[in-house]
Amino acid sequence: MMTNFRVAVLAAAAAALPALAPATGQAQGTVTVAMTAGDLPITTGSADQGFEGMRFVAFNLYDALVSWDLSKFDKAADVRPGLATAWDIDPANHKRWILKLRQGVKWHDGCDFTADDVVWNFDRYTNNKSPAFDTFQFALTRGYITNFESIEKIDSHTVAINTKTVDSQFFYNLSLVVMISRCRAEALKFDWKEYVTQPSGTGPFRFVRSVPRERMEMVPNKDYWDRGRVAKFDRLVLQPMPEPATRTAALLSGQVNFIEAPAPDTIPRLKSSGMNVITNSYPHNWAYQLNFVSGPFTDVRVRRAANYAINRPDMKELLGGIMDEGYSTIPRSTPYYGNPVEYKFDPKKAAALLKEANCLPCNVTLAISTSGSGQMQPLPMNELVKSNLEAVGFKVNFDVMDWNALLDVGRGGADKFPKIHGINISRAAQDPWYGLIRHVSKSQWAPAGSNWGKYEDAATEDLLLKIGAEFDAPKRLGLLKQLNERMNDQAIMVWVAHDVNPRALSPKLKGFVQAQSWFQDLTPITITP
Amino acid sequence: MLAYIIRRILYAIPIAFGVSVVCFSLVYLAPGDPLQTILPADATAETIEIVKKEYGFDKPIPVQFALWVTRVVQGDFGVSISSRRPVIDEVMGSLSNTLVLTGFAIPFAFMIGFTMGAIAGCYPGRAIDRFVTGVAVMGVSLPNYWLGIVLVIVFAVEWMVLPATGMGPSGSASFSIFRLDDLRYLVLPVITLSMIPIGILSRTTRAAVAEIRGQDFIITLRAKGLSEFAIIRHVVKNAMPGVLAVMGLQFGYLMGGSILIETVFTWPGSGFLLSKSIINRDIPVLQGSILLLAMVFVATNLLVDLLQSAIDPRIRRA
Repeated sequence: MMTNFRVAVLAAAAAALPALAPATGQAQGTVTVAMTAGDLPITTGSADQGFEGMRFVAFNLYDALVSWDLSKFDKAADVRPGLATAWDIDPANHKRWILKLRQGVKWHDGCDFTADDVVWNFDRYTNNKSPAFDTFQFALTRGYITNFESIEKIDSHTVAINTKTVDSQFFYNLSLVVMISRCRAEALKFDWKEYVTQPSGTGPFRFVRSVPRERMEMVPNKDYWDRGRVAKFDRLVLQPMPEPATRTAALLSGQVNFIEAPAPDTIPRLKSSGMNVITNSYPHNWAYQLNFVSGPFTDVRVRRAANYAINRPDMKELLGGIMDEGYSTIPRSTPYYGNPVEYKFDPKKAAALLKEANCLPCNVTLAISTSGSGQMQPLPMNELVKSNLEAVGFKVNFDVMDWNALLDVGRGGADKFPKIHGINISRAAQDPWYGLIRHVSKSQWAPAGSNWGKYEDAATEDLLLKIGAEFDAPKRLGLLKQLNERMNDQAIMVWVAHDVNPRALSPKLKGFVQAQSWFQDLTPITITP
Repeated sequence: MLAYIIRRILYAIPIAFGVSVVCFSLVYLAPGDPLQTILPADATAETIEIVKKEYGFDKPIPVQFALWVTRVVQGDFGVSISSRRPVIDEVMGSLSNTLVLTGFAIPFAFMIGFTMGAIAGCYPGRAIDRFVTGVAVMGVSLPNYWLGIVLVIVFAVEWMVLPATGMGPSGSASFSIFRLDDLRYLVLPVITLSMIPIGILSRTTRAAVAEIRGQDFIITLRAKGLSEFAIIRHVVKNAMPGVLAVMGLQFGYLMGGSILIETVFTWPGSGFLLSKSIINRDIPVLQGSILLLAMVFVATNLLVDLLQSAIDPRIRRA
């Protein structure tokens, strides 16, 4: 015992000696990513830990039937063929999609990818009678496939998916449902705890190993079906690192070479050290969803007044320039942004609108969180919003809660929380459904969906019906623009900011293209010695 | 002695039960949903109900507690909601990682703190005493979160002589305290973690040594012509039980993990696990961690008591 103690002390003393070899922690040719997540995302299909899990784990190990084109910096990311080469609506039945599957694709375990795999995957995601049913995956994917009714195999590389209602944009939902290997799952007797450490997909990376809560290692899939996306480096290491200062230190000390979301105040230091700090517009929305059941925001004049009151350039300055000014639910670069009214900072107009609405002082209670996924810097940002609103005649009361509690409020709906007039939950807006429809459709009234405030508008409902039934893409695009314009006209939210997704890379990493998306493609990265 | 040990172990049972009840109640009093980690932010009511049922969260809270206790008694701590790994693996893995940290931090703190305190206690009121007291107060007062970040900036970022984060170049699974390259990852968190115990132990030692030096038996020893070195030996031996008790408490406290330090250094220990499970409302992990940590605390106190009585038989007789 004493001997061990002495050994330990001597070893500690030796470790404290200076001038030891420099910290490295990574082999040459390794991309080591410090994620914001507190744990490794799950590997049994769709990933947890928000879209960061999908970005780094699910979309590297697996493919979905529909993929995202992440190759462009200057254009909003849109979908492209994935494991399905084409998807078309059945002309005779607008609730039936025919999907042609990619030929010659192999799973990481060597089995062939076929229509049976697709049918089996949907079964395990949705059918709780299936031996392969996975509650965890059901929970993660359910939100994406609420309109899914059934699936059938047509031939070895063709399937048909039936939807509950006519939905011209159903294919977007398929982009978030990844396919895992039936072969591997059967070999493991559907033991998902085992599958976690032996996942098999068709994606651009193969799983090597993971140390719970610490690191996950992958290597490029040299047989990847998309030959243009075969990674050029040796190894990908993912490390959960929730503390921003730690991520920054890890990058500056050379322990990692790619970090997510550095804190804005560390960006000048990162730049001065030669790191590449990359930002780009992406479909993220930092706003307040409003209560349309009761309270001041039921009056459109009050909603417009609140939007006119927000000084977004000031907010941008507060964040060191790391945001885009938010004037709508979706960023301006979105193809269906249209030409909506933008409520630029105009305190006089805001005050006049409040007076006209006879709401002075206009008491509002906003539910906010101290932190949370996509919440940026919620406390200082909310303080600035409060000062902006109070400068024009609002009296703002914050109901501050932790992220978990705020999500509960968000799921419950406005009528369950009548004293709350707005909730500050950041939302993804990567497709028309997520960006627009779910916030205003009556079918999405909470707790059934994301329309927290129970917004209802006949003109909007009419547009939604037309969009759902329009299978001609250009015509649908026109309708979506009209929808966004209508949502802005009605000031359905108080818009403040769109995050710009900062990340910092070692100067040795080249070739990374930051797409305007929540998801990113790491395969083009090369590493210079 | 055996009866004493058995009695102390039996005392742990009501403690474990009490800790479990309090923890379970507090978790449910806090707002939020234990399934939020796996449910999307816009999960429908239907989805929530199905998942709740699958995980057993649809049952009344007392029933959930009773079921949990029944399983734990059989050694089954359940599975983490968020990671799907068995709770026992999660907790034991993180406890062993924290043990590595604490196993270095406490002896380090003891060596420094006891030496400083003993020197200060031997020279009360002198410059060395004031210096040591100042250092001790600084150790206790410095926010260790801040200190950790400063050490990282200096040694990892600026000088690049030590790693900033993590537990070894390939993670805790292959970490060995007998490999120099792995030990480098311990230096900064151990120093940071030791600061508060150093301050506390040096203050405790100083007070004990100063008090014992003024007692009659020391005057007698001196009158008998014993050398100063021999007198210090007697003083130290008499001061040791009190210091050991404090050290034991510090050990138990650090085994609970320092959430802030383990977060700053991304050290995969019990503090890191606890903070994650609190944020995620991962109730099985939270319950299992707290129960096992309470047991560690009880076991540590028992060990310290036994050690104290080995050093000073009067304690055993008492």
